[in-house]
Amino acid sequence: MIKIAILGFGAVGQGVAEILADRERIERWIGRYEVVAVADSKGSIYSEDGISLKNAIEAKKMGNLPEGKSTMEIIEEMDFDVAIEATPTNIDTGEPGLTHIKACLNKGSHVITSNKGPLVVAYRELAEIAERKKVRLAFEATIGGAMPLIKLAKRDLAGNEITSIKGILNGTCNYILSRMEQERLSYNQILGEAKELRIAEANVSYDVEGIDSAAKLVILANAVMGMNATFSDVEIVGITSITPEAFEIAMEKGYTIRLIAEASREGLRVSPRLVPLHHPLAVRGTFNAVLIQTDLAKEVFVIGRGAGKIETASAIISDLIDIYGDRTY
Amino acid sequence: MAVVSIVVELKDQPGQLLRVVEPISRLGGNILSVVHQRDKKTPLGRIPVEVSLQIDEKKVEELIEAIKGVEIIVRSYNKIRLLATTSIMLIGHIVHTDLSDTINSIDKTGFAEVVDMHISMPHLNEPSTAMVTVSATGKEKLREAIELMREVCRRKSILMIEPLNEEQI
Repeated sequence: MIKIAILGFGAVGQGVAEILADRERIERWIGRYEVVAVADSKGSIYSEDGISLKNAIEAKKMGNLPEGKSTMEIIEEMDFDVAIEATPTNIDTGEPGLTHIKACLNKGSHVITSNKGPLVVAYRELAEIAERKKVRLAFEATIGGAMPLIKLAKRDLAGNEITSIKGILNGTCNYILSRMEQERLSYNQILGEAKELRIAEANVSYDVEGIDSAAKLVILANAVMGMNATFSDVEIVGITSITPEAFEIAMEKGYTIRLIAEASREGLRVSPRLVPLHHPLAVRGTFNAVLIQTDLAKEVFVIGRGAGKIETASAIISDLIDIYGDRTY
Repeated sequence: MAVVSIVVELKDQPGQLLRVVEPISRLGGNILSVVHQRDKKTPLGRIPVEVSLQIDEKKVEELIEAIKGVEIIVRSYNKIRLLATTSIMLIGHIVHTDLSDTINSIDKTGFAEVVDMHISMPHLNEPSTAMVTVSATGKEKLREAIELMREVCRRKSILMIEPLNEEQI
């Protein structure tokens, strides 16, 4: 019996709960499991015998989870095998996720997270704690949502040296740029459209200034390229000053423009780049896409949905199955 | 502008090089390097000297004739082909921040030059957008030229959009 705690119950946490509520789908892979706690910053639902996920989702829909144990009290007082950490990202401090993840790893629980903050701030430290405690720290959901990337690079490309990673790691930016390309409208006009479609959040600077992409790039560089990079190592240029004419002029030479995050021996950078129109990274819409270059396999290209409640939850579930599933598939 | 490499044979006497330099200067050429190949002295005791320079493409023939005219032996000359080419985009106040200085920063290297430019200035006092094609004598030199342009753009607060440096996929 696997005991699971879900820490953070926003869109991603709820998405995970919805999928876990479908026992038929999940037990095929990992056998019997119970979610023993669901918590967010306002309240929690918990029981050593397992809680009803439906009730938890309902309670959240009606407003808040009932007041009860705090997240830290759940971590310290309850018994669980794996924590799913899905609190909001803070790339400056990593909190509250950083404290949660450290405490869970230290007590010997596996951690699966969608939270970039703790990994950007303290990847090395967290990886070392996990290794020392012989538990897993899994974070497929932090980059590219449902797009397989971390396990692809670490497992399926095992034996390769990854020489560079270039990719589109932010769907909002890609939507804006590909719409500017198609419609030749200004950045601000397309941004308005993206906000209306809820592709862009109210506070969009995190996306369009390249911060989100840079955070993901740091995680990739550390986790799959063995670097020891921090956020300040990334040279960042956003997309806000790109003119509509830029696409027209670029097109004449066979290029379009995309915000590309690149990690190589020369360093880490996030910047708008001229991408040949026929290049696989010239994707349109909210897609994420990554081109991995390795010494043996050469180029490997992945494309997928980089955000969304269920899509991101899918990545968390894949980590859960990776930890507990029968590896004979 | 073309980059030309000329090999002349000079007597081992003072003042010989000056006779080669004078016509280059008169025709507006810009000397990039002078290499005396003392170890390759000819049987008649002359020293081969390789002069690399930048000059208006139309004046190359005239220059060679001018050097021959002062009784210098021109052993060989060839235009150095620009082998690597890429496009970069500039967005910002490109014109108001001295466009010719920006271009010149590449041209004066001797190993790279701006060979084409398309600029769009839709509104007065608003950012312009330009696509600049840069050629260089080799891939490494092209990278160097782009690095140089990057510094110029940083100084002038121009957004520079570089190509994905990619082999064909």
